[in-house]
Amino acid sequence: MDLSAINPVLLVASLMVAATAVMIAAIGELIVERAGVLNLGVEGMMITGAICGFAVAVQTGSPLLGFVAAAGGGALLSMLFAFLTQFALANQVASGLALTLFGLGLSALLGQGYQGIKPPATPRLDIPMLSDLPVVGRILFGHDLMVYFGLALVAATWAFLKYTRAGLVLRAVGENHDAAHALGYKVIRIRVMAIAFGGACAGLGGAYISLIRVPQWTEGMTAGIGWIALALVVFASWKPWRVLLGAYLFGGVTVLQLNLQAAGLAIPVEYLSMSPYLITILVLVIMSADKSRAPASLGRVFHATH
Amino acid sequence: MVRLEKRLQPSAVFAWATPVMAVIATMIFGGLLFAALGKDPLVAIRTIFWDPLFGQYAFFYRPQLLVKGGPLILIAIGLSLGFRAGIWNIGAEGQYIMGAICGAGAGLAFYPLEAWYIFPIMVLAGALGGWVWAMIPGVLKVKFGTNEILVSLMLVYVAEQFLASVSLGLLKNPQGFGFPGSRNLQQYPSAHNAEIFEGTGMHWGVAAALIAVIFAYVLLSRHQLGYHIRLTGEAPRAAKFAGVSPSRLILFCLGISGAFAGLAGMFEASGPAGQITIDFNTGYGFTAIIVAFLGRLHPVGILLAGLLMALTYIGGEIAQSSLGLPSAAIQMFQGMLLFFLLAVDVLTGYRIRFGQREAA
Repeated sequence: MDLSAINPVLLVASLMVAATAVMIAAIGELIVERAGVLNLGVEGMMITGAICGFAVAVQTGSPLLGFVAAAGGGALLSMLFAFLTQFALANQVASGLALTLFGLGLSALLGQGYQGIKPPATPRLDIPMLSDLPVVGRILFGHDLMVYFGLALVAATWAFLKYTRAGLVLRAVGENHDAAHALGYKVIRIRVMAIAFGGACAGLGGAYISLIRVPQWTEGMTAGIGWIALALVVFASWKPWRVLLGAYLFGGVTVLQLNLQAAGLAIPVEYLSMSPYLITILVLVIMSADKSRAPASLGRVFHATH
Repeated sequence: MVRLEKRLQPSAVFAWATPVMAVIATMIFGGLLFAALGKDPLVAIRTIFWDPLFGQYAFFYRPQLLVKGGPLILIAIGLSLGFRAGIWNIGAEGQYIMGAICGAGAGLAFYPLEAWYIFPIMVLAGALGGWVWAMIPGVLKVKFGTNEILVSLMLVYVAEQFLASVSLGLLKNPQGFGFPGSRNLQQYPSAHNAEIFEGTGMHWGVAAALIAVIFAYVLLSRHQLGYHIRLTGEAPRAAKFAGVSPSRLILFCLGISGAFAGLAGMFEASGPAGQITIDFNTGYGFTAIIVAFLGRLHPVGILLAGLLMALTYIGGEIAQSSLGLPSAAIQMFQGMLLFFLLAVDVLTGYRIRFGQREAA
């Protein structure tokens, strides 16, 4: 085993890349849950976004259009969930599972003929001088644009929830939908918008995996990242900045175990590959002690009687 | 204007009618999907739903109905108990894998000894493997309040990695010419889950599924524990006042669903599949969730829904070979079924009213 082969600068830089997909998806789900809706379909929306983005990027040659299509695809799929839970008043857990199962099938169908193709490369941020700085340059200024988009999204979500009126209304709907309804807020409309935002974010996260992280298309390639995003929201106690922290923790574990695999550690590859999931469980256990921060109306069906 | 009005009692008619409506709607929209893929929709639907039962080669496909339906029903019955009480074990796939590994591992430990007690030990080991795997989310939920949905699902990925590890290492066939995968249990009579009646597809796993259906029916309709499960699902607060212990119920529901999933995995590994390989699991644990809902979480409903879902698997395979329908289309078809079911289910609990509401 040769641990000196692991370059700490590259490790941090690739950690940021590994964390981005799960971070964007988790931020979307955070908004959905703050509005009082539990959408377990993140995995399905991510994989659908992954193939939508991949297909459009390959067809048009533009990664940007790919990401737009991915957001659109994820949002469109999430509208199925919105219809089921907000209008047909179906159980949110069951509907979310349905969305994941459906999304996995849909993506496999759409993805036929896209296996083994390389997508167009996404441009990297490249600032003369700054990107060439030792250590800092590679970590801070050498990434693709989506890494910065993810960070901006976290900041924007935080500011939206904390400082804007719309954010306050969203939180009110999530904490007590009956009271919000009595005050005249359109509970269903706000929730549908939140679900669409969550779907778009999940789609972007999925496309990040298929267009940048991997980059190619294989069936079921999200491999549980959507579920980890859900766990991340719990870990973050529904706070945007903690999503960032959790995503970097998860990204760190993922990158580290990949590096250890490459370095030839004496632990079998399969056990190293388990580690992100095991760490997620461990973190869930630690964070579950404090239940008080969950939105009070999370997962409850809203039906206005008057 | 369309609006919904809550029924005082869930409609008994719609409780039976909605699964049928969902199947019909899925056939229509599935037909449109197949048409969009350039296949004749009527031929595709007939190939999936009719040919396996009454087509030219039906004698070959009919036994498959039990082979595929058995594990689906067995897993779905276990899951339905938890779902009724609002306990969401969605990691049955992982418990299925662990049951298969433990069951097959117990059998292979005796190789090449031939004895009557080997198969019963394998059955116990399979159930135990699934039970232990499901107890992890159960104990964590009871002790720390951890979300069982996420933990049970994470454990699926852990189990998949473990499966890869044992097929390449611990359980690898020493006479397998270096190929991954265990010895073939079909060639080891004491450990082989053979058909009970030759040529019917009826193996011990199917028998176990039928016993599970009866067990669940009696439990839910005749036993106090079943009453507590239903009460917790419908009125959690009332259940608490009635002295139902949520912790005990969580452990029971997760444990039994895990044990059933483990059994299904063990019967599959020692019977139709024959060996433990890297890609041993085929998604039964997830499809069983659809089966449980399609059967309205009722044992008899699940029996019928499991057979229907098995039909779509077999029909899907036929359509794949004869019409060139992609396998993903069937997967989507199954997902669609769950969607339509959830959508039409609103009719059970609510009435649809047209026109303006009158002043109250």
